[in-house]
Parts: sequence; structure tokens; C-alpha cells
Amino acid sequence: MLELINLTCGYNSKFLLKDINIKVEKGELIGIIGPNGSGKTTLLRAITRVIKPEKGKILFEKKNIEKFNFKELAKKIAVVSQISTANVMTVEEFVLLGRIPHRRRLQFLETKLDEEIAHRAMDLTGTYNLKERFFGDLSAGEKQLVVIARSLAQEPELLLLDEPTSHLDIAHQVKILDLIKRLNKNGLTVIIVLHELNLASQYCNRLILLNNGTLHKCGSPSEVLTYQIIEEVYKTIVVVRENPISSKPYVFLVSEEERQKKGEMC
Amino acid sequence: MRNKLIYWLIWVSVLGGILSGISIFSLSVGSAGIPVNQIIPLILEGKGTTEYSILFDIRLPRIILGFAVGGALSLSGVILQGMFRNPLVEPYTLGISGGAALGVCLNIIFHLYQTLGISTLPISGFLGAILVILLVYSLSIRKGILKIQGLLLTGVMISFISSSLIMFIMAISRTEDIHGIIFWIMGSLEETNWLLIKLAALISISGLFISYKFSIQLNALSLGEEEALHLGVNVERTKKILFVLASLLTGCSVSVAGIIGFVGLVVPHFLRIFAGSDHRILLICSFLSGASFLIICDTLARTIISPIELPVGVITGILGGCLFVYALSKRA
Repeated sequence: MLELINLTCGYNSKFLLKDINIKVEKGELIGIIGPNGSGKTTLLRAITRVIKPEKGKILFEKKNIEKFNFKELAKKIAVVSQISTANVMTVEEFVLLGRIPHRRRLQFLETKLDEEIAHRAMDLTGTYNLKERFFGDLSAGEKQLVVIARSLAQEPELLLLDEPTSHLDIAHQVKILDLIKRLNKNGLTVIIVLHELNLASQYCNRLILLNNGTLHKCGSPSEVLTYQIIEEVYKTIVVVRENPISSKPYVFLVSEEERQKKGEMC
Repeated sequence: MRNKLIYWLIWVSVLGGILSGISIFSLSVGSAGIPVNQIIPLILEGKGTTEYSILFDIRLPRIILGFAVGGALSLSGVILQGMFRNPLVEPYTLGISGGAALGVCLNIIFHLYQTLGISTLPISGFLGAILVILLVYSLSIRKGILKIQGLLLTGVMISFISSSLIMFIMAISRTEDIHGIIFWIMGSLEETNWLLIKLAALISISGLFISYKFSIQLNALSLGEEEALHLGVNVERTKKILFVLASLLTGCSVSVAGIIGFVGLVVPHFLRIFAGSDHRILLICSFLSGASFLIICDTLARTIISPIELPVGVITGILGGCLFVYALSKRA
């Protein structure tokens, strides 16, 4: 569905991403992980055409994404970005903005269909009861759900999310990722940037580990999240064990004090 | 959706009603008071009388010009505030008024208006405005991308440079010229050339129509440029067109009526608070309210201590500022 071929890009001719090759199949749920500044967000921005590739190309359904016009692309790819700005707009109005790519020429008001789709998206994300509230008055978790509802109103085939769970409590983290998993089961292809390795391990079928703008490792969570690879990329001592219920890898952190204690004991 | 449409129609008709009420009021008051109920008979059969010529040659042109300039300035304010996502931006922030003022100043000190006719004043103002627009635009464009923050900073700097140049010109020019410059800078709706007035009204109304083509894009831009792009808006093209549109509206207003401050800042703000931030309603409401606001200010300016006429900018500043502070404190 989406193919990145020798992608090299960056800001102001400083290359952040070098020679990235990724192939995403329909129906996958892919997690992008990596340290700060490794180019995770840049990768998403390249896919959404915010920045142009310096070298290489990105194909969506076998067609170069630069050949799409913005509107066409927005009908197929929706993005949930890190910062969702607060403003004086009700939740319903906000979600209806997701219908913009589907507007016809000279269409002034939203149609019945637009409203139905927006309401369905709000139902799916459990935000329908918020529809009269102002977006700026919501909590961080509610805002994130509303932004996801807006992206679903675009009726995309591919959903990109940039750290949708940062700043959220564990209940909201699980709620949002469960929702994404459910959407994925219903046929939506998802690429998600995650900081939290354990969430990535728990929810994604495949992980892409970026390091310094290059693709370090790509594979299933148990292939990518080994203590050797994590220590090499993050330069941090960790212990990896299996989650007793899901049998996915789980990464434990160890504080400096504990490490020293352990060292003395040996 | 239906409810929203009805709600919007109510807003538009109320504001339209206010605008016509204010226009009729403004027609009737002045140094020669004409009662409201005599206006219609006068229009129908009063041709040739003094009252008729007061209505049609003195008061009506001012009202139409107030409508055009007030509407254009607030429309330009809405567009720029929406585009920059910054409530402090107003049409004059981008240095357009400075350029226009400089153009007029040069015209006055070189006495071009005496040799080439009084109508060269708006033309030189417009040329000055266009020059600044081109300058700001080309300085803020990098690799085909219009840098919004750069645009703002360049605009503010050009404002400073042109106001310093104006002061320089005033420092070295003769007293009569200084009077002319100050009079122009203070802004006034007094304009006798019907062609110019009609042109201003035409430009202002076409600006409103064009801006409606971009109302949805403006709504998307209120989320930020990147989000708007994700929603399929061609952000670069939209920004460029809107910048040029807002600049032309401002340039035209300034060159005809001088620098009338505050309309483009206060009116969009008010309407955002009361009518909501959806540009589909905000654009027309701001236009109508801006027009009403300027007409009522001009009526006050010419009647408050008549027969002396105050500069309309004084009234817009005082009235607009006070209303604004009141609304803000009320809201908090």
C-alpha cells in the first residue's frame, strides 16, 4: 500500500533521514520507535508531504505521492499530529472539519452524509456526548479522542498517528490504543509513532526502529525489542522479559543506584 | 445544519438591518437636519432643492465610502487574523498603510497633485501600497514557501521604516505641505470623486465574494498550516491568494480614505466573540459590522462639535478601544 524507496529528506538541506526503505502492506499496524531526534516525526511529515524528499520517493498504491493533489491524498491518508491546537470551536464543528477533503466545489454547508459520517466517527471514539462542548475546554485525553474522530471523518485508508498517547494517563493510553487496534481489525492500515516501547510491543504487529535517521531494525516486536538492540540504540541499560499474559517482550528500566548495588553484589 | 443556517441568516439579517438603519440615520443628521420621514419624498421628487443636493452630493458619498472602506478593512482584518492565527494582526500591521502614506507624502511635497490633479493622491497612495506589498511578499518567500512569521516581522519593520521616512519628509517640508500630510494621515471619508467611490465599493464587494471562496480553507487554517495540509488544503496557494487579497483591500481603502485605524482590529475580534469563529459566517458579519461601525463613527465625527469636523480615525480609536476593553473585561 505504501512504499518508501531510498527516502532521504530533511530540513534546510540537512539530512535527517537517510536511505529509508519501508514497505507497508494493507491492514498492517506498524509502530515506529526510536530515540528523540531519530527522525520519527520527520518520516511521517515526509509521507504527508509537509517536507519534500531530497532523494528517493514515496509510493502510495503504486503511485508517487507527489502526483496526488492535496485533496485526493487527504481522502486516503489522515493524520493525528502531536499538537492539537485549542480554539473556540465545538467538538462537532471540529470533527466536521475532517470532511473538508470530501467537499465538492461550491459546496457551502455540510451535507446530511457529512453529518452522519462525523457522528459515526464520534460514536466510534466515544466522544458523541462531548459534541456541544468547546474543544479548548476538553482534557488532554478527550482532545486526543476527538482528533482521532476528526481523522476518521476523513474516511482514510491509512491512518498516521504521531505519539497519540504522550501526556496521557495509562487508562487513556490503553483506551486510545485499543481503539486503534479495533479500527485496524476493521481494515484500516495504521502507522503509529510511539515513544513508549512497551505500548509499541503490546499493540503493533511490526516495529520499525529508527536511529540517527537510518532504519536500524525492522521486524516483529520480539525481533526488535531485545536488550542488545535497545542498549545499542538508546545507550541505556535495560532488562527485557516476556509479558506473562501476551507473551510479548516487556522492557524494564534499571536506575543507576540499583545497577551499582547489583554490581557490588556480584 | 439547518439550524446553523437559520442562525447564520438571523445574524446576517440583523446586521444588515443595523447597517441600513445607521445609513438612514446618517443621511438625516448633520448641520442641516433632514427628518427621516422626509428622506423618501425628497429622493423621489426633491430634485433641484438644497436638501436633495445635501443628501446626494455630501452625505450619500460619505456613506457609500464608509461602507466600502469599513467593510474592506474589517474583511482584511478577519482574513489576516485567520491566516496568521494571531488576534493582534490587523490590516496595517503589514506595512501597507505606511507605504500608502509615503506615496501620498511624496506626492504632496513634490506638488504633483497641483500639476496633475487632485486624483493623483489616491493613485500615488495605491502605488505606495502595492510597492510595499511586493516588497514584503518577496522578502518573506523562500523556495516558494510563504513564511508567515517572516511576513509579519518584515511588515512591522517596513511600517517603522516608512513612518520614519514620513517624519523625515515632514521635518524638511513647508508648513502648508505638513498640514496636507497630517490631514491625509488622519484619515477622512470626504471624497468628491464619484468614480473613486464607486470603484472602492466595487472592489470591496468583490473582495467579499472572493474571500468566500476561501472560507473553508480559512477554517482549516485555524488549526495550523500543517493540519490544514493534512485536510487536503493547498496551503501555499491559499496563503498567497489571501495575502494578496487582504493587501489589495487594505491598499485601496488607505489610498482613498487615508489611515483609519482600529476598524480592522476591533470589528473582527468582536464578531469572533459573538458570531463564532466559523469563517463562513464571520466574513460577511465582519464586513457588515465594519461598514456600520465606520459609518456611525463618521456621522459622529462630523456632528459631535459641528461645524468643526473631527478626523474619523479619532472616533474609531476612542469608540472602538473603549468598546473593546469593555468586552474583554466583561468576558474575563
